[in-house]
Amino acid sequence: MAEDAYKPHASRDAAAEARYHRRAFVVMMALFIAAPAVVYPVFVMKALCFGLFACAFNLLLGFGGLLSFGHAMFLGMAGYVSAHAAKVWGLPPELAILAGTAASTVLGVFAGLLAIRRQGIYFAMITLALAQMVFFFCLQAPFTGGEDGIQSVPRGKFLGVLDLTNTLVLYYVVLAIFTAGFLLIYRIIHSPFGQVLKAIRENEARATSLGYRTEQYKLAAFVLSAGLAGLAGATKAIVFQLASLTDVHWSMSGEVVLMTLLGGMGTIFGPVVGAFAIITMENYLAELGSWFTITQGLIFIVCVLAFRRGIMGELEAWLRKRRAG
Amino acid sequence: MTFKRKLLSAAAMLALSAGAAHAQISGGVVKIGVLNDQSSLYADLSGQGSVLAAKMAIEDFGAAKKGIKTEVIFADHQNKADVGSQIANKWYDAEGVDVIVDTPNSGVALAVSQVTRDKKKAFLVSGAATADLSGKACSPNTIHWTYDTWMLANGTGNAIVKTGGDSWFFLTADYAFGHALERDTEAVVLKSGGKVLGKVRHPLNTQDFSSFLLQAQASKAKIVGLANAGGDTTNSIKQASEFGIVKGGQNLAGLLVFLTDVHALGLEKAQGLIFTESWYWDLNDSSRAWTKRFAAANGGKYPTMVHAGVYSAVLHYLKAVEATKTDDGTKVIEQMKKMPTDDPLFGKGTVRADGRKVHPAYLVEVKKPSESKGPYDYYKVRATIPADQAFRPMAEGGCPLVAAK
Amino acid sequence: MTEIFGVPTQALFGQLLIGLINGSFYALLSLGLAVIFGLLNIINFTHGAQYMMGAFAAYFLLNKLGLNYWWALAVAPLAVGATGVVVERLMLARLYKLDHLYGLLLTFGLALVIQGAFRHEFGSAGLPYSIPEQLTGGTNLGFMFLPKYRAWVIVASLVVCLGTWFVIERTKLGAYLRAATENPAMVQAFGVNVPRMITLTYGFGVALAGLAGVMAAPIYQVNPLMGADTIIVVFAVVVIGGMGSILGAVVTGFGLGVIEGLTKVFYPEASNTVIFVIMAIVLMIRPQGLFGSR
Repeated sequence: MAEDAYKPHASRDAAAEARYHRRAFVVMMALFIAAPAVVYPVFVMKALCFGLFACAFNLLLGFGGLLSFGHAMFLGMAGYVSAHAAKVWGLPPELAILAGTAASTVLGVFAGLLAIRRQGIYFAMITLALAQMVFFFCLQAPFTGGEDGIQSVPRGKFLGVLDLTNTLVLYYVVLAIFTAGFLLIYRIIHSPFGQVLKAIRENEARATSLGYRTEQYKLAAFVLSAGLAGLAGATKAIVFQLASLTDVHWSMSGEVVLMTLLGGMGTIFGPVVGAFAIITMENYLAELGSWFTITQGLIFIVCVLAFRRGIMGELEAWLRKRRAG
Repeated sequence: MTFKRKLLSAAAMLALSAGAAHAQISGGVVKIGVLNDQSSLYADLSGQGSVLAAKMAIEDFGAAKKGIKTEVIFADHQNKADVGSQIANKWYDAEGVDVIVDTPNSGVALAVSQVTRDKKKAFLVSGAATADLSGKACSPNTIHWTYDTWMLANGTGNAIVKTGGDSWFFLTADYAFGHALERDTEAVVLKSGGKVLGKVRHPLNTQDFSSFLLQAQASKAKIVGLANAGGDTTNSIKQASEFGIVKGGQNLAGLLVFLTDVHALGLEKAQGLIFTESWYWDLNDSSRAWTKRFAAANGGKYPTMVHAGVYSAVLHYLKAVEATKTDDGTKVIEQMKKMPTDDPLFGKGTVRADGRKVHPAYLVEVKKPSESKGPYDYYKVRATIPADQAFRPMAEGGCPLVAAK
Repeated sequence: MTEIFGVPTQALFGQLLIGLINGSFYALLSLGLAVIFGLLNIINFTHGAQYMMGAFAAYFLLNKLGLNYWWALAVAPLAVGATGVVVERLMLARLYKLDHLYGLLLTFGLALVIQGAFRHEFGSAGLPYSIPEQLTGGTNLGFMFLPKYRAWVIVASLVVCLGTWFVIERTKLGAYLRAATENPAMVQAFGVNVPRMITLTYGFGVALAGLAGVMAAPIYQVNPLMGADTIIVVFAVVVIGGMGSILGAVVTGFGLGVIEGLTKVFYPEASNTVIFVIMAIVLMIRPQGLFGSR
């Protein structure tokens, strides 16, 4: 499936690639830093959390070539643990977020060990099955509050100094977390590990014959993806002071697939763009209930039939043509 | 020159602030936000109907004539606490909303109540059920208007046991709301001298109740209590009719049923169902007249008690705004508790210190198809529970606002 | 009264029978999915929405055209199958050269569109549809009261499942179909119109979903979301049975219905999860499924 994903060109272009990435990163950061002046900050924070979630998902799909249909379990589980840690154990926000991230990483190890052995559609199905089990666990377990979720999660003081009840302070902390996660993913992709991962995606048999233990690489990618998705979920729980079943439901797994597909699988900035697009759309269509579902479905269909490279994929291909021509 | 300018601007400021002191209504508009389910399980019993009810209240209050500018907006919380609280936050922070009304789904209502408290606005709950809203989660910014789990449990449980239904079997939705309803009803049944012969918990949104209904039949309890809501309730009723439960001599007690559920099921399947509501369109002349107006503007669909509650709450809210000349949430809610209520639907009533609106409740039974003489003619009233007995006594709720006194 | 694990045997048999009834729906639905995946390698996420359309079709046939249940059994699947043919020609056909997962995403998106559109039009309280005259009432079997309609469901789905299995595994048409998926070029060379076969097969699988919908209408509420959560369970059934195996889907469907029924007696809160636990275990031990071949 990643055959259609946007593929970076050979290393001869690596320098141009890196320049483009740097420039795009600067533009992105400038936009985010200035955003609260123009846009309702809570909305941007939501998009940032989902952007991180989508980037983590893209690490597995776009670069690892593995479609997980159960990624919501990491987002949601981390959210519950983080919310519980902040509310019941009284941990300060940074520790609560760490707790949530740790929980999803551990879950990622277990899920990964079970799922990695299979490929393609079987891999997707098994992640779906595991996510459903996590969903039902969250539904039944007393600490999650079932249908009501965990509410009134305190925001507290980040590192004992930054008062998160101030929306602007909270915004920049969330932006910092997003940036850290984003840069980490970038480093992972452009490291030797990332190269091997891409090789496995292209042709696993060949990679094995070259002596790589592909199972271990895939598992590592899975766990990293799970952990970073958890970071997004844990942060989101603190921002919205709520952890609920929505975040572990299978439709959330579908949403992150949509964000990544729309934004551009296998691109660096694609998932962020996709997340913003979908969250914005959700914002405007929220009053029209069913229209949001219909529009989501239409975007899926259009993307699969005619727009497989996604927004950033198409954009980068066009930029490439301009550079070459 | 500069001094004159300064003087002029100072004078202008004074004039403006004097004017402002008279109109303490934020933004010059009383903005009402109807937050409910517009697209799924509760859309029919609340949805657009609640928006219409709010608008009718504004019209009947005569806001335009009194010079109070109002605006009504609405949004769909999709039964998700996170969506609900995000909309509430945005409305209060960025759109100048002064009061949120309706909000079915207890989880969402609790979340919105917290946000409203933090922002010191007002929240009038009509759709949600949890009695915690006037109990341990009570707030000086929230009033729980139409009904709650205690009223349902007490009304239905008590009345049924007294009329001979003294052995029960519970079919409970396995989540917080279902458990609460089962717990409250069981307590009432036992206190009234009845017995609980068994209970079974089913997952939320179950399609098939046959095995649970089988267990209910085997227990031979006189009453099968449905501690569930929405699709689960209508599904259990539909399938109970298929398995001949009512024909076999057992009666179904719906613990949370609305007019729209009966309409969806049809009288053939729903006949004999017993439950409690706090308002029905056919109770008296003023209710009937109001219903006629409502149905005409609502595509022929009749109002539920939730719609009536929204109307009643918004009407009383506007009266309080007029009296206090402000739309500051905490102050208006305080005023609403001070003033007795009076409207064409619920008649005269009061709002207690814990935020609970009090009015009579009615035990109703669904008519047989042959007994129904017109559209939506579905209920016969079996008993009236007076206002002072219909709701949980304030002292027992554990509301911190009350305990402090 | 004898008891097994604290449950009277009478009640147990009742629950087993009920499990079999539910299993019939799982079997019918997973049959359609298995036909589509086994023969076409398409993962049809839209199956739940098509099941829902079948139920709605029955409702409309009754309320707008006055056609009763028996007509609906024949007409609704054809109508829903026809929509399936359109979907296949217009959209799915373009994806055959690509990774299977694109088919999954397309059908997922289509399911969202269909469900959203129906929900927008009809809300989600559900529409009433009565059990046909001839099948109301029931018999008292001693250990339980068995409604006639439910007995009919078991019989009808057994017939349909066995019939389909027979056609695909034992007739010439079925053989062509199986050959066409293994080696389309060669079969095409023999003069068989492969694309048309594929289209009709997809249409047939979808029609099966529609049929299940018609049969579900009298007992479950006809509402736009009736397929949404069912589809995930049916996927689990198909995966356990073996994604290409018709027999596997049918046997697993009935089997899982029975297991779910038993769980409802001993540990009802888990009745939704048990299928996924089994699926995870089967995928670990025997990834091709119980009856699948690899």
